[in-house]
This record gives sequence, C-alpha cells and structure tokens, in this order.
Amino acid sequence: MDIQHLVEMANQIGKFHEAFPDRNEALGDAAGHIRRFWDPRMRRQLLEHVDLGAAGLEPFILEAIRLKRTDLTPRTPATRS
Amino acid sequence: MTAIADLDYGTPPSAAPKTVSLTIDGVPVAVPEGTSIMRAAITAGIGIPKLCATDSLDAFGSCRLCLVEIEGRKGFPASCTTPSEAGMRVITQNSRLADLRRGVMELYISDHPLDCLTCSANGDCELQDMAGAVGLRDVRYGYEGENHLGIAKDTSNPYFTFEPSKCIVCSRCVRACEEVQGTYALTIDGRGFDSKVSPGQMEDFLSSECVSCGACIQACPTATLMEKSVIEAGTPDYAVVTTCAYCGVGCSFKAEMKGSQVVRMTPNKDGHANHGHSCVKGRFAWGYASHPDRITSPMIRKKISDPWQVVSWDEAIRYAASEFKRIQQTHGVGSVGAISSSRCTNEETYLMQKLVRAAFGNNNIDTCARVCHSPTGYGLKTTMGESAGTQDFDSVRETDVMFVIGANPTDGHPVFASAMKRRLREGAKLIVADPRRIDLVRSPHVEASYHLKLRPGTNVALLNAMAHVIVTEGLVDEAFVTARCEGPSLAQWREFVARPEQSPEATAAVTGVAADTLRGAARLYATGGNGAIYYGLGVTEHSQGSTAVMAIANLAMATGNIGREGVGVNPLRGQNNVQGSCDMGSFPHEFPGYRHVLDDSVRNLFQDTWGVTLESEPGLRIPNMFDAALEGSFKGLYLEGEDIAQSDPNTQHVTAALEAMECIVVQDLFLVETAKFAHVFLPGSSFLEKDGTFTNAERRISRVRKVMPPLAGKEDWEITALLSTALGFPMTYHHPSEIMDEIARLTPTFTGVSYARIDELGSIQWPCNASHPAGTPVMHEQEFVRGKGRFIMTEYVATHERVNGRYPLILTTGRILSQYNVGAQTRRTENVAWHEEDRLEIHPHDAEERGIKEGDWVGIVSRAGETTLRAVISERMQPGVVYTTFHHPESGANVITTENSDWATNCPEYKVTAVQVMPVFNSSEWQERHRQFNQQQLALLGRAQPGT
Repeated sequence: MDIQHLVEMANQIGKFHEAFPDRNEALGDAAGHIRRFWDPRMRRQLLEHVDLGAAGLEPFILEAIRLKRTDLTPRTPATRS
Repeated sequence: MTAIADLDYGTPPSAAPKTVSLTIDGVPVAVPEGTSIMRAAITAGIGIPKLCATDSLDAFGSCRLCLVEIEGRKGFPASCTTPSEAGMRVITQNSRLADLRRGVMELYISDHPLDCLTCSANGDCELQDMAGAVGLRDVRYGYEGENHLGIAKDTSNPYFTFEPSKCIVCSRCVRACEEVQGTYALTIDGRGFDSKVSPGQMEDFLSSECVSCGACIQACPTATLMEKSVIEAGTPDYAVVTTCAYCGVGCSFKAEMKGSQVVRMTPNKDGHANHGHSCVKGRFAWGYASHPDRITSPMIRKKISDPWQVVSWDEAIRYAASEFKRIQQTHGVGSVGAISSSRCTNEETYLMQKLVRAAFGNNNIDTCARVCHSPTGYGLKTTMGESAGTQDFDSVRETDVMFVIGANPTDGHPVFASAMKRRLREGAKLIVADPRRIDLVRSPHVEASYHLKLRPGTNVALLNAMAHVIVTEGLVDEAFVTARCEGPSLAQWREFVARPEQSPEATAAVTGVAADTLRGAARLYATGGNGAIYYGLGVTEHSQGSTAVMAIANLAMATGNIGREGVGVNPLRGQNNVQGSCDMGSFPHEFPGYRHVLDDSVRNLFQDTWGVTLESEPGLRIPNMFDAALEGSFKGLYLEGEDIAQSDPNTQHVTAALEAMECIVVQDLFLVETAKFAHVFLPGSSFLEKDGTFTNAERRISRVRKVMPPLAGKEDWEITALLSTALGFPMTYHHPSEIMDEIARLTPTFTGVSYARIDELGSIQWPCNASHPAGTPVMHEQEFVRGKGRFIMTEYVATHERVNGRYPLILTTGRILSQYNVGAQTRRTENVAWHEEDRLEIHPHDAEERGIKEGDWVGIVSRAGETTLRAVISERMQPGVVYTTFHHPESGANVITTENSDWATNCPEYKVTAVQVMPVFNSSEWQERHRQFNQQQLALLGRAQPGT
C-alpha cells in the first residue's frame, strides 16, 4: 500500500491525540486507534516503515507506535492477509 | 385525493389533555377540548358533507357545506371551524341543512364540467361524492352562464396536470403548500368570481417555485390536480404500505396498485416519520424501477474488454464463487472483500457482512456510510456511547432553537425540512452554519437569526468558539453536566475551550465568521430554550469529521440539551438506510450492534451461532481496499447497490484500483459506472420488488414490502444467500423475516424487533428490547448509554488541502432536491426536468475576475484531476468558494475531489478541495476518456449473448 498515505493517516491520528494532557494515555490511545481500525497488512507495513527509518512520521505518533509495537503487530502471519 | 381512502376527519386532532362531552345527532361523544365539531362527528361515525376541509390542514370554513345546527344558538355554524364544547347538542342532518347544502352544491356544479364518466377522478372525487351526499338532482341556474370551463390545462409538470376548469377554489392546494410543505408557491389570484389558483405569479407549474412535493395533489378534492400516472392507468385497486428508498427521512408510502403495476405512490398519513407528507423523489420518482435500462439477466465475462455473456443464475453464482475461491487460494484469505450500500435493506446488509466474515473468512466488509456518516458513528459512540442520533423527528415540535450545521434539509431531507419550517413559523429560532446561503437561511416566513457563513474546513474552530462563549460566559448547564457527565473529562474540556485561542475573536480569522455574530449564535443556542442540533455531511466529510461530531456532542452536553423532547444531536443521514447498514455490522471492525471484532465474547457469540471460526483482526475500509488493490494484495470485490466509480473521491484512483482487480461482482439494477469494470453482473431488485426493512435517521425500523415480483427473478437477499452457499457457507433462509429474527437474537438493541412487532406498532425505533418493548424515541433520557457523558478535547487542525496561487478557490460538493446520490435512480425518471446536468456555482466576483458568464463552460482543476461544467453565477456562494453536485457521471465531480480523509474513520474530505476555475471550450481529457469508455461498455452490453 502507498506508505506515504499510511504515514499521513498515522500522523493525523497522532495530531488528534497529541492535544490531550495525559501524554501516556494519549500515546496509548493513538496506538490503540491504529490497532482497532487498521487492517493487519496496513499495520505490518507501518511497522516495517518504522524499522526503515520512519520517514515522515511525526514524533508523537512514532513514539506511540514504538511504545505499543507489540500490540500493533498483527496476530496473523502475512500470508493470511 | 387518494384512491385508497383513509378516513378523513376533516380537521387536525387536538392534543389537549382535557376531554369534553357533547351529543351529535343524539349520539354522546367525548373528544379532546379544541376538537372541531366536524372531527367529533366523524370520530363518532357521523359523516358531515365537506369540501374545503381535510384533516391535514387547519380548518378554513369556506365551502359552507359542513354547516350544522347547535341547539340554543342562532344560524348555521360551519362544523369545521366550530370547536366542540361541553354539553353541546349538535344536529347534522335536517331539511334546513339539506336545502342549504344542496344550494351550495348547485353553485359549485353550475361552473363545473359535467364529464364525470371520462374524468380521471371518476370514483375518486369528493365533489362527485358530495353531490351524491346532498342529493343534488338539478342545477337551477343552468350551465350557460359565465364560467371557467375554457381555461387551458397546465401539463408542464412532468408528473401531474393542473386543470383549472375543474377547480372549486377550496384553497386546499394553497393551504397544503403553505401549511404542509411550507413553500408558498401557490396563491389565489383575483377576487370573487375571478378567483383562481395560481402557481407563482400566474406561471405554469414547472416554471414556478413549486417543488413538486405532491401535497397539493394529495389535498385536491377533484381532478384539478391529478397525477399523470392515474390519468394514464386509471384509479388504483389496492394499496400496500412500504418505505421510500431515497433519503434518510424514510417516509412511509402507500404503493397504490393495479395488479402488479404501481399506479402512484402516496404518502402514508399514519407514517411515523412523514405523517402523510412527501417530496418529489419519493412521491413521483419511482419509474426507474421499470426503466428499459434495467438489466434482468445475470451476465459474466473474463475481461472488461469482452462482451457480456448472458448466463443462468446457477452459472453466474458458480462462476463468481469459483473466482473468489481461486483468488483466495492464490493471494490469501484477505485478498477479497465486499461493499454494501445504504440503499440495501437491513437484512441484505446483514447477509453481506455475514458472507464476508463467515464465507470469505475475513472482515473486509464496508459500506457506503464510510464515505458519509462514519464519523457520526465514531463521534457519538465516543461521547455518548451509541452510534446514532438521539431523537425522533417529531422532537422538533418542541424545539425552541435549531442549530443546523453542514446540512441542507430542504434539498437533502425535504420532508423533515417541512417539519422544521413549520416549527420555525411557530416561532422557533434558527442558526445556520454553512458556507453557502442554503434555502433555509431565508425562505417564505422563515429567516435564520444567524447565518454563520464559515469557510469550508473550519467547523471545529467554529464549534470550539461557540463552546468558548458558553464556558466563559457562564452558560454551562451545571446541574446537567454535574449529574450526567464525567467530571474529569468535563474539567479538561472546560479548560481547553476557555483558552484565548478558542475565542471567537481569535478564530474569526480562520472561520471567516465575525466574533460578535458567533457570540450571539452561541448565546442563543445556550439560552434560547430547547436547543437541537441538526447536521449532515458538511460536518462529517472533512479531515476532522469525527472531531466535529464530538464537538457537537460537547455543545449539547454542556448546555443540557440531551435526553428529552425538543433537544438532542440529530445526524441527518443521507440515504434511506445509512443508520441501518451501520447497525448491521457493515464496518470492517464491528459486528452488528457496533461491537468490535476484537471482543472475544462477541466473536464467540457469532462463531457459535454461525458455526464457523471468525477473524479477530479488523478488515479493510473502502479507501484501504483501493490502496491494497493498487498494491496487489486485494483482488476480488463483491458490491451490492454501491457505485464507487462515481460516488467515491478521486475517481481516477478508484477506477485504477478496479482495473487492478481480477474479479468484480456487481449486484445492481443498471450497468452503473462500477459495473462497467465488473466481471460478473447479478441483476438486483428495486425496493418495490422485495421484502425487508429500512432504518431511518431517527433509528426507526420500517417495513419494505414487495408489491411486484423481482424483474430478474430474485430478491437481493436471495442472491447473497446463493453466493454464500456456493462459497461453502450455506444460507438457507426462506424469508427476510427469518434474517431479522437472527439479527434480534444476536443484537442486544434489537431483541424486541420482529416483523410481527413492526406490523403491530407500524415502526420501531431501536433500542427495542425488554427495557424498551415499544422502542426508544429519545435516547439518553436518564443516563447516557455509556453511563456518564464524556467530553472530548477537540483541537482544530487545519486540513492539508489548502488554497494557493495555483488552486485559489475551495470546491465543496453537495446535492439537489430532485436528484439522489449518484443519480442512477433519479436520472432515469422525469426528475431530470429540474436538473439535467451538474453545474458549478460561483460567486459573481470570482466569475467576473475570470471572465466567466452565466452558462459558460468552465474547467475545474484540482491536485487530483480536471473536469468541465457549465457555470451558474450565484450570490449563494461566498467569494473564494465554488460548489457542485455529483449526480451525473459525465460531470466527473469526483475526478476533482481528493483522497484526504477523516483522521478517525477515513471518511473522505469531499467538502474541501482546492481548485482553479477558468473558462474553457473543450471537455477535459478525463471526460473524453470517460465518454469513449462508456460507449465501449454500452456496446459490449448491447452485444451481450447467451453463454455457451
């Protein structure tokens, strides 16, 4: 999938949650949103992008993804999606 | 007139709690205080002759046919205008009254053509009935005097005729246009004998301001206003109550029939959403169901450049199933999915998601609510705990202040707009937030107190500024928020909106709305009594659509405008079954009843019931499907009733995705734009050809009833069941009622719903369960569904779609009264008389700057693409903003819109596209390609051959 598009979507999610005063909760909620609404192949590709340097990802959402990486990792192997 | 007559009580009911007792012709009658004598008599089974009275209109007292005597009173009062009083003794029939009535009828008939036997209203005419009822046998004045018999018939309206020679000037049509519809298009021109009904200023109906809602025809007691379909086919024999398949109002209609032929659709007086009113679409635009473009045989083809092969149902279903299986074996379980539509019934959307989850084995199911109201589901669930509007439509009768934001009810939800206008005429106040001057801002006897003409894309800044005023000026309903909402979230939100940067003065530069205007509007909403917010796609179709919905919920909670009649948060759903399709689990992350696929207990419930293991990961949303198709991991798609190649943004991206797939199965009525990219075509059934239910914007579940056999032989739910069975997951329902029974077993908010219960109650608003056995008109009455209401901080984040020197204007899109969505239905009706093409509205200043004149062809260029339309120069627009509709495929409105989307739901940002507009002489390159592709596909359809 177009990684630039996924990066933009992730940044938008980050922007919404970043405004909340409890940073830890906000980081968890931002990552949780991706976990709850993104198809596994999208999450897998986002995580691969993080591993490749995370170009374009804004600091808040990048921190959230790194913090919740285990939760975001799809349960199903790539071949199933 | 309606051929399948309801009992007409002559005047509207009284809602007074006190009852009065009287006798009429010696019969004791008890009625609510304020009830007319006419209504009281008819309630007691005593008919009183009448012509100018009908119970949808206030009493008028002009025809003098309903005269009665009242013991102890002088004269002959009109029973329609005289209220019942305690102890009254009324006489409706005696020789004096008979003489008077006969005399009145003589005068009417002396100026009426005596062509009853060939008249289209023969047998369905109140004048004819009354002549009989009063015993008219002779007209002493003869027929040779001055009369109106030579006045020409007006046939300009495509759906009805106006024959003034048959008019008795009872004013029912004029009053219906005023009281029921609120358009004021009709008047009585002239005085005395010269009085005549006049559309506009003696214009023909088509040229006048008439919106063809049909209220005047419904009210007309003679053949003066008559449907052309009745003139052609004759009066209908029987009627079936069903639900309109157009907008989210979900009007109840009577399909008036001759055999299996629809003669006309008349709004059901007992309909809970519409109370006997209708609009031009539901009332008249049903002819598409029998349009020659209907495809009635299944077809398949290997490639989209091949001619179609007409095949049997068995072969088409077998081929589709084998293709999906092949793709999944080659590319993985997640390589296929489905998209349902809000034009499908609840039962159909339920089966679609069941097929995807159980037969495909993934969660790649989405529905067109993705591109309209998905932010409503997210925003209202987050703040209040339920993905639905809080009120019923009738709640507006108790509203003191209406705040309409991002909605154009007179065009999008016309029947409810009439209810709104009625309440506004009674004195309710109106705030409109919209970049355009929509009709509701100023129309006859309606004027908004505030029109917040904001810049597109700044809803959140505007809503935050309103919240700022409410918080900083001490207008919060402290008792409500303390008792009903979460304290910590309230404190956080209060601090957030009180910041100086949220003030109207600070946000004016962003929104374009002057600070004092905004302050006035906020004060009015917070202090004007019952405040109700009505919103539409102008709120949701933004990069901050979900944020704006939550900001709206914040406002309603902060002012205590939740949990009773007259208030609430009211999303006006675009299509008839947006609410229902969402309720039925049509999103890739949710089972029916808005329960997440990650929830093991919910998933186990469905697994146990369906007997199959279900995927716990969310699936692809519609825009994700396109991206995945272009990337190569998504190869097969099953669509029912949804035309993504026209309706979804960035058309060229969508069609590239469609071309990249290996099997597209389209189930539809016509060769819609998406079907031109399909490999299997399964001919669907219109709403007249199937049973089911729709759920409207007020959570009202209503029956759709089959009035004719499916043209292609199968109802849509049967087709989905066949495909599922062929995929290896058998579905063996015999009737959609069994599907609803399954939904009720599995969905806590639907446990009390069944076809029998809907038939008993007429309609049901969910939740309907042990706690609410008759349904729930108003939600969150005692507590929010989630317990305490949750305030959410709603930081304004400007969209990435910005104007610059190259794209200096903002394009926003919407719809028009006479057309519906992609127009597949309404373009195949006479509604094209009002809107034969999409046009670009542009402000005179922007037009002049570019040398654009009315009707000129202009090119509209965005970062996504280019198209051409003809210009309409209009001061409705603000400078810097242009507007168009998307009802005609060749317009290519969505060639211009971009893939920007809501952060939470991926709902596309249709409402903000930066564009340049310039005069042009030729079609765009896309339009040329589209024209050629369309011709090729129609030729391939024309060459369709029986398969071997």
